[in-house]
Amino acid sequence: MAYPTDRKYTKEHEWIQASGAAAAIGITDHAQESLGDIVFVELPTVGSELAAGKTFGTVESVKAVSDLYAPASGTVTETNAELATSPEKVNKDPHGSWMVKITLKNPGELDRLLSAADYEKFVAEEAGH
Amino acid sequence: MGAKMVDFNGWDMPVEYPAAIGCGIINEHMAVRTGVGIFDVSHMGDIRLAGPQALAAVQDISMNDAARLAVGQAQYSALLYPSGAFVDDVIVHRLGEDEYLLVINAGTREKDFNWVRDNTGQFDCTVENLSDDFTQIAIQGPKGVDVLQKLTDADLSAVKFYWVTRGTVCGLKNILIARTGYTAEDGFEIYVPADEAGSARVWKEILSAGKEFGLVPCGLGARNTLRLEGKLPLYGHEISDTINVWEAGLDRFCKMEKPEFVGRPALEKAKSEGVTRTLVGLEMVERGIARDGYKVLDSGGREIGYVTSGSPAPFLKKNIGLAYMPPEFAALGASVKVEIRGQGVGARVVPTPFYKRPKKNL
Repeated sequence: MAYPTDRKYTKEHEWIQASGAAAAIGITDHAQESLGDIVFVELPTVGSELAAGKTFGTVESVKAVSDLYAPASGTVTETNAELATSPEKVNKDPHGSWMVKITLKNPGELDRLLSAADYEKFVAEEAGH
Repeated sequence: MGAKMVDFNGWDMPVEYPAAIGCGIINEHMAVRTGVGIFDVSHMGDIRLAGPQALAAVQDISMNDAARLAVGQAQYSALLYPSGAFVDDVIVHRLGEDEYLLVINAGTREKDFNWVRDNTGQFDCTVENLSDDFTQIAIQGPKGVDVLQKLTDADLSAVKFYWVTRGTVCGLKNILIARTGYTAEDGFEIYVPADEAGSARVWKEILSAGKEFGLVPCGLGARNTLRLEGKLPLYGHEISDTINVWEAGLDRFCKMEKPEFVGRPALEKAKSEGVTRTLVGLEMVERGIARDGYKVLDSGGREIGYVTSGSPAPFLKKNIGLAYMPPEFAALGASVKVEIRGQGVGARVVPTPFYKRPKKNL
């Protein structure tokens, strides 16, 4: 699949789309496909601090609980309330279903994340095992 | 078929089939509840006891009353340790005058066979491990009978629930067909010879015959959510070698009027002493999913028990669980908490089974 080029990606299968200091975070198509039907999303409250590389919430499928890892540091400004009642939206539209919006603490952190092409390659290599 | 695979007690098994073919745990679960699904359950074990004292042997090692079985009838039962705890749960099928087939769990194949062989030496009967001889396929759901009837000359309408028959299936002769399952739905389990080519052909033919009924292949994920909704025990969770029959609430399958069977004396004693923990059904009231091993807390936050099996229930659209806790906390409607990632999340005790299949109008 062709991953949108308007954002960056992490090896934990999250994406982050920045517009100045504001950024939206979600999980990738590969992530939702691996997880299967998503039934529960647990997100931090507005005002919480995210630290790059640290967990900030969980996403649950029928069988398993998976941690969400922050692609970058920042303060949560909004969480997607739709996901509390319709978590399956993440399966249907993973790149359109943002989970949290943050104000970036250090926009430079995005530079070390993967581009769409690099992420695609990463996923393909992972699958090769 | 592109399924997500997992190692299950040494078996390479599908957890769920791809969304691309209409599968995934939720779709598979719903297919079994409303239509039909198939499971490859060849990992299950099969032990055959035959001979003049086969019944006596079965009676001695299992807790239900096998003497009640007519030829062609089956019953849910369990093999117990002298402590009254479980070696395994089992379905006992009476295949002939002096012939019984015990179908047991995959993870306990070796243990069960050794146990049965070592504890029936005093009876005049043979004990054979037929586990590798069969491919076992479960066809489950209200339309299961319609699918299987297309593939067999046996008259399935004459086979009541928990009875068996033999017939030609997909051209294979004398196949054992049992109206049994682990999904809390109507359905059948067929036992075909284990050769790969034949088994693969049967699987494909069932998929083909089932197309018009919306049949989907189902994996371990749906197998677990289906049996959980029906409160069917899973070895290592609701039953184990440290849990006894009374704690597990399986009284009705344990016939104490049988004068002797392994575990009976301990069970007699345990009955008079009463249980210190009992298996209850929980439904999450606050947002959260109870999962296997999570702690159960009282309203004051003190640990009182643990979840044996917990998961979202796709048909009921609730998050449910089974848990052991002291009887004093187990009143229907009682409020408890389940500890989820360090937080106590509200749940309440509910009646079980969580789901019961609708009765067909006769």
